[in-house]
Amino acid sequence: MTIEFEAPKPIVNQQVMLKTVAENMMRPISREFDENEHEIPWSYVEFMHMAMKAAGGGGGLTVMEEKTSPPAPLLEGEGSQKRPPIGYQKLATQIEMLAWGDVGMYLITPGGGLGAAAVAAAGTPEQKEKFLTRFNSDIPTYAAMCMTEPGAGSDTSAIRTRAVLDDKTNEWVINGEKIFVTGGDKSFTHYEKLGKGFIVVWASIDPSAGRAGMRAFVVESGTAGVKINKLEKKMGIRVSDTAAISLVDVRVPFENMLGSATVEKNNTGFRGAMATFDATRPLVAASGLGVARAALEFLKEKLEENGVKIRYGLPRQKLSNVEREVIDMEIMLKSAWLMTLKAVWMADNKKSNALESSMSKVKAGDVTTKITQKAVEILGPIGYTREFLLEKWMRDAKITDIYEGTGQINRLVVARQILGYSGSELR
Amino acid sequence: MYSFEPNEEQQMLIDVVSKYAENDLRTSSNENEENKELPKKLINKGWELGLLQASIPESYGGFGERNAVTNVLALEEMAYGDLAGTLAVLTPSLFATPILLAGSEEQKQNYLPKIISGEWSPYTAALIELSFDFDPNALKTIAEIVSDKIKLNGAKAFVPYAKEAQAILVYANLNGITQGFIVPKDSVGLSISEEREKLMGLNALPMYRVELHDVMIPLSNRLGGASGHDFELILASLRLGSASAALGVAKSSFEYAKNYAKEREAFGVKIAQKQAVAFMLAEMRTEIEAMRLLTWEAAWKMDNHKEDVCVAAYLAHTGAADMAMMVTDRGVQIYGGHGYIRENPVELLMRNGRGFAMLLGLAIV
Repeated sequence: MTIEFEAPKPIVNQQVMLKTVAENMMRPISREFDENEHEIPWSYVEFMHMAMKAAGGGGGLTVMEEKTSPPAPLLEGEGSQKRPPIGYQKLATQIEMLAWGDVGMYLITPGGGLGAAAVAAAGTPEQKEKFLTRFNSDIPTYAAMCMTEPGAGSDTSAIRTRAVLDDKTNEWVINGEKIFVTGGDKSFTHYEKLGKGFIVVWASIDPSAGRAGMRAFVVESGTAGVKINKLEKKMGIRVSDTAAISLVDVRVPFENMLGSATVEKNNTGFRGAMATFDATRPLVAASGLGVARAALEFLKEKLEENGVKIRYGLPRQKLSNVEREVIDMEIMLKSAWLMTLKAVWMADNKKSNALESSMSKVKAGDVTTKITQKAVEILGPIGYTREFLLEKWMRDAKITDIYEGTGQINRLVVARQILGYSGSELR
Repeated sequence: MYSFEPNEEQQMLIDVVSKYAENDLRTSSNENEENKELPKKLINKGWELGLLQASIPESYGGFGERNAVTNVLALEEMAYGDLAGTLAVLTPSLFATPILLAGSEEQKQNYLPKIISGEWSPYTAALIELSFDFDPNALKTIAEIVSDKIKLNGAKAFVPYAKEAQAILVYANLNGITQGFIVPKDSVGLSISEEREKLMGLNALPMYRVELHDVMIPLSNRLGGASGHDFELILASLRLGSASAALGVAKSSFEYAKNYAKEREAFGVKIAQKQAVAFMLAEMRTEIEAMRLLTWEAAWKMDNHKEDVCVAAYLAHTGAADMAMMVTDRGVQIYGGHGYIRENPVELLMRNGRGFAMLLGLAIV
């Protein structure tokens, strides 16, 4: 090993291509789909699906399928046996660039998303075969993860949704309420231009067992008893649908449960879900940092148009306040990005990265909100007007510090890691 | 390729430095501060680890090639033990590294073997000036070329070991650009204060004021020879030196605070079990990591001759200085009243932690 910061060739090449996509396919329609919430930008969706298929990605950004064992060769593609795996690094840089284009639109890049991630993390080989191959089909296909409930946010162990086995039919019967399902609509509702997707519903098969009783169930698009109650109206990332879903006597085949039905202590089902978060936190960090970079670049551009140049190298006492702010923002952005890269580099090299992963999310959540909010402030009316995208980026950015574990939850994870405390020692 | 782990050789060095930092520096840090003294034995032991020697090629009597990343790693590790001790051990680098980076062949031959052979001997450098807007790129110490000589006038502050130094590398303003000048001891017009500097922290390190009144030196004493040198890279190395030391000091305060919080009880639990304290620690650890990576990257850019190394080093230094203040302040805060008592190491660490914003020129990688 060594310490190196040279972007690998495949990443450099990929970034050139993705920047074109961001500039030409995303930015021009960014405002339109912010103003028309819940409309689907088919041009982007279809283009991305085709492009990723052409690149041999098979649902290119489907983050987590690739996380299944063995992650490295799957991610790496052809002919790069000698080089260390860079799959996660590629993914993080892809996400950063697409989010620089439009983070909401990045979120609706076709693929299995977190739903497929859960299958990949907790499913049997047969389940993977059955549920994951669809993402390679000719039309864009989505999957989503249903974890959060009205009464269970960060505290996922408070999930109330129940699954009961009907012995006669060998079916699971699921009842409950799920909210904040990213992509829930595109994954469940039938659209002519989309393939048949699914949602993965987390439910308890044994409430007395707490987390050990938690299981994930694949619920196919169109299953009876599932209702999309509403699509949330949000501060930002409006092009990405966020569904509230109710499940009333929803029946799914026994085989749609991921993992084992036996409830044991230290069951891996739930830990699988949590392990998914270790892998995805730096990716969420990357998505936030793309927005932050867009905002900072816009800020510097506007300042320069107005004759304000940042005089790097001057002692702080000699800098103007605006210069100091911009320099601080650059320090935040660059260091947060390096933390993200380190976390995914560790994932690529199969090093345990729970600490780095959460630290990258803490940092990215902080700096993404600060940078975008400061940029709006510094540019005053230019920052606040909807004539420019900066105000939208500030609204888009805020979610970074909330989803995939709020900044506070991630601080808790970091603290437990550095202190060597369990969940009961540090609540 | 991206990669975030020291190589084997670097790891071996870190381990050796770490032992010295842990066993020798950390244990004597407070005592040295209170006594305002660093034992020569302690300095020599650190010198024998060979950090500078390993940066200098064999042709000048050393045993390696300078690697900024390696030096950043080693400096953080040593500063973790004690800042004053670290700066003392590495004072000769302030003179030798700029010569290595920008000196003429003659200067290299002349000084490098002499400095690195044998025991630690004080060669030093003078950059800081006592003014609120001190700017290494706009110095108030003036150099003029007068026929075949250079005339130096001005005042320098915080010059470590100036009194004993065989020679001082004085930075001065020559027609608007910063250049280094080798000023031998006993030069006419060179005066060194009788009294040592009295600062908020770093009291174990002997530092002095240096004044230059019409000091005349030959043209060949200009760093790089008669035609001079580029200051930018030296400045970047100084910034990385300061950033690395800031990392070490911050890490030290973080470790003390973490261990204390796991022992100290309040309301029936360890204070680390309170989120208010646990979150402070989480943020300290996160910020240290953030600035460490920024510093590593800047050092890597230096080793790989990247164009933007100077801006990168500037950002790393600026960020690390802020971080060190934040972390060392919290170190004291977590100790509560005990943190305010000089017996407890976090107290000194906070005083030292404030220094990185202005102490540019006391460490180099």
